[in-house]
Formats: sequence, structure tokens, C-alpha cells
Amino acid sequence: MWYFDCPEIIYGEDALSHLEQITGERAFIVTDPVLHQLGYTARIAKILQEAGFEVAHFSEVEPEPSLQTVRKGADILRTFQPDWIIGLGGGSSMDAAKAMWVLYERPDLQPDEISPMVELGVGKLAKLIAIPTTAGTGSEVTWATVLTDKSDGRKLALGSRETMPTIAIIDPAMTAKLPAQVTADTGLDALTHAVEGYVSTFHNDFTDGICLKAMQLVFSYLPHAYQHPDDMEAREHMANAATLAGLGFINSWASLAHAMGHAFGGFFKIPHGRSVSLFLPYTLEYMAQAPELTRFGDIAHALRLDVDDRDEIASAQAVVAAIRQLQQPLGQPQSVAAAGVDQARYESMIPQLCEFAEGDGTFISGVRIPERDDLIRLYQYAYDARTIDF
Amino acid sequence: MAYLFPSQEWVDAFRAALNKSEPYKVSAAKWEGDFYFVISPKGAIKEPVRFYMDLWHGECREAYIVEGDDDKKPEFEIEGTLAVFQQLFDHKLDPIRALVSRKLKLKGNLGKIMRSVKATLDLVNAAASVDTVYPEEA
Repeated sequence: MWYFDCPEIIYGEDALSHLEQITGERAFIVTDPVLHQLGYTARIAKILQEAGFEVAHFSEVEPEPSLQTVRKGADILRTFQPDWIIGLGGGSSMDAAKAMWVLYERPDLQPDEISPMVELGVGKLAKLIAIPTTAGTGSEVTWATVLTDKSDGRKLALGSRETMPTIAIIDPAMTAKLPAQVTADTGLDALTHAVEGYVSTFHNDFTDGICLKAMQLVFSYLPHAYQHPDDMEAREHMANAATLAGLGFINSWASLAHAMGHAFGGFFKIPHGRSVSLFLPYTLEYMAQAPELTRFGDIAHALRLDVDDRDEIASAQAVVAAIRQLQQPLGQPQSVAAAGVDQARYESMIPQLCEFAEGDGTFISGVRIPERDDLIRLYQYAYDARTIDF
Repeated sequence: MAYLFPSQEWVDAFRAALNKSEPYKVSAAKWEGDFYFVISPKGAIKEPVRFYMDLWHGECREAYIVEGDDDKKPEFEIEGTLAVFQQLFDHKLDPIRALVSRKLKLKGNLGKIMRSVKATLDLVNAAASVDTVYPEEA
């Protein structure tokens, strides 16, 4: 038995106009200071106010939002008492909005207690709308929440199926002004979701097609969106790819690249998408040597790679090569060294990186689950772009 | 030799398997916390069955089936039906999915458990390594 979770999805040109149709009294927008200054909050607030809402906002969500920020936002929510919460922004703002939603309705909980095992009972006071302004995290269609504990730098992959947004609004116009670097980072995050969602041991009939389609869209449109920011066709397809990849991985599971990337990104302040996609080729090379069928042939076939897709090892190599080929012109680091991390500091941190990766919810869904020795080597090999040969 | 689950013999075998597990020693090296595992009444289990495990720095220091009153106040309690435990030990149900689908219920600091995913998996693997038989429904 398993579940396929999904919000109501409104997508395409002018999808934002759906906000005119929701009913309620008070709406609260959760976003970051940059988007707020750029007028995104005002744009959403105007639509809501014209629909009769009293609107307030919290625009202090930082990249990689902290438990502390979430607590602060939830305190304001309890004062304002909205019936709609709007998570507006990239994954950070949407994730923060999910956690604030929980703490608003369950002030007895701490953010790191947001867990599948707790009956949260959210939705009694408010509902959640997620509006992404990047094309990558998929947070608008997932119940996953990534927060950082400032006290030790650890990233916490939290979540409960109850924190799935009620509505996701995918309006490509919201990503039109996305800087090239963010377009690349977030687009590769979507690719990592799609690939890991497909090769995860939790893959299923409902997510397989979604993941493969998302991969095809990223390979076809991410370079265009990066090089030609005004190409709205590319923007729309990338927005759709990110949402599809989000649906794919949340209903199967992300895997080892996410576990390693979460730990690495938290310590070295590397953006989430760049961090997880950096490790993706290495973890795929590692998975490819599993005795079980790895499904790389399917991916190679879907991407029309020039390889015999009945040969899993050759297909895996071709998929890894294709990912690296995609990353290169996008200015993405393909090794930890290229990400600008000092080698001595990195090596001294590897035991802690391993410990945190092993504590990540995505660690155990790969066809190979590394023991500590292998995990250390994976981190070591990723430093200077060595091919995984174990 | 196959051990009946749940029984003191099975708990002893589980403890021995856990203390022999090198992966668990590493992944749970910093773990401090004791448990009640509760098999809730359903099917062949007519009354709740509890067993206690004291897990400390990659080692199980104490484990026993609870008979009657018990003076332990464990940090965690995990409860599920016999069928759910059997699915876990047979690797037909992943521990994370058991949590997400709430087939297993947990009392205690959830954040602490969620930060020890690999240790949880190694714990289940040790249990799965015990040759186990299950009671049949009367």
C-alpha cells in the first residue's frame, strides 16, 4: 500500500488569476526579502485585496531557512490568524510556509517534530497555496520541508503528508526574471529529483512516467532558459518540469545524492540544487554497480542517448555523461573542488558529512545503500571528480 | 534455529544479532535512548506484547520481554501489529514507509529518531537476520 499525494495544480499563462476565485477573509504571504523588494509580494497582495482579502506578509525567509525563522513567522501568523497562507518564492519560502502552517495550527510542536508519524491536523485554521518563482525545487507539490538548524548547521529533511499544499499555482511569468545562475541551480535540482525519483527503490507506476517526462523537459529546455532568459516557451516547460519532478520524487523518493548534498550544502553554504546535482553523477555511478536492475536503460532510452539501452552499465555511463554535458555550459561545478571548497577543511568535515547524510530521510532509498567506508570514499572521490570504481 | 516472535528467545537472538552488526555499531555510535516495542493485539496476538531494549552507542545493553509491571521509563515507544513487524523483518515494508503511512506508531522525540535513519535501517536489518517464526491465528 502506498499513496500518490498531489495538490490541486493550476498551471500555464495567467495561472495567478486563480487567486481571484478563492474565498476567505485574511491571506498571509510568506516570502523572502529580495522577492518582496522586487514587488512580487505586492503583485500577489493586489490580486488578493481586489478579491476582498485583508493581506499581511512575512518577508524574512532566508536561503536555507532556519528553525528560528519558522518559529518567528509562526508567531506572526498566530496574531494575524489567516485562513489562507501563500508560500511565494523558491523552495526556501515554500518550505518555510509549510512549517509555519504547522506551527500556526499546532503551537505545541517544535519545527523538527514535523514528521510523518505525528497526526498534525493541519487545515482546520488555514489552507496553503504554493506559488513558485523558480523552476526546480518542486516544493509546490511536495510535503517535504528542508530547514536548517542554526545551532549546528544541520539540514533537516522534515515533512508529513499533511503538509502538502492545498493548491499549487504554476505561472511561468513568475520565473521570467530568474537570474541565469538560479535558473541553472534550480533546473538541475529538478533533474536530480526526476532521476532519483525514477531510480529509487520506491519507484512505482504512478511516478515513472512523470519522472521520465520531467527529465526530457529539463534536457530539452534548461539550456534555452539559461541562455535565453526571455524564452517564455522554455520557461514554461521548465516550470512544468520542476513541478512534474516534484510530484515524481515525493511520491517515490529522492535518494543518495540528496542525502549527501543536504549534508554538504548545509555545511558549506552551497545552494541546494547545485549541491545535490553535484553529487548526482557520483551516486549514479555508485548505484550502477548494484546487482539489482538499475533502470538506467529506461532513462537512456527516454533521453534518446546513443547507447544500447539493454546494457545497464553502458546506459548508466551514458546517462552520467549526459548529465555532466548538461551541467558544463550551465556553469555548474562538477566536483567539490570546483565548488570552491578548501580540500583540508572538506576532508576534516567528511566524518560529520557522513553522519549527517546517514541521518537524512533520503539515505536508504537507493538500490545500493553505502556503509560508512563507501560513503567516505564517495565524498572523497567527489572532491576531485574521480570516477566511482567501487 | 527459528525463534518465535515475540518471545524472550527471539529478543535474545535480536540483541545478539544487533551487537554483532558492524554497520549498526557505526551508524548508531552516538545513539543514546531506550525503547519499548509494542506488538498490538490483532490476529494471533490477543493482548499487547512489549519488549524493552536499551540502545547505547551502537550496542544493546539490555533487552527483555516485559511481563507485568515494569519500572523502566523508556524514551521511545514504537507500536505496530504483528503483521507490520513481520513485513518489516521480511523486508516487504521499509521502515520509513512504515512511519510515513503510520503503520508504526511512535511516542517520544520524533526529531531524534528522524535524524538516525541509517541506524534505524541497520536495527531492522539485524532483526531481519534472526530466523523467525510467527504465531498462527487461533
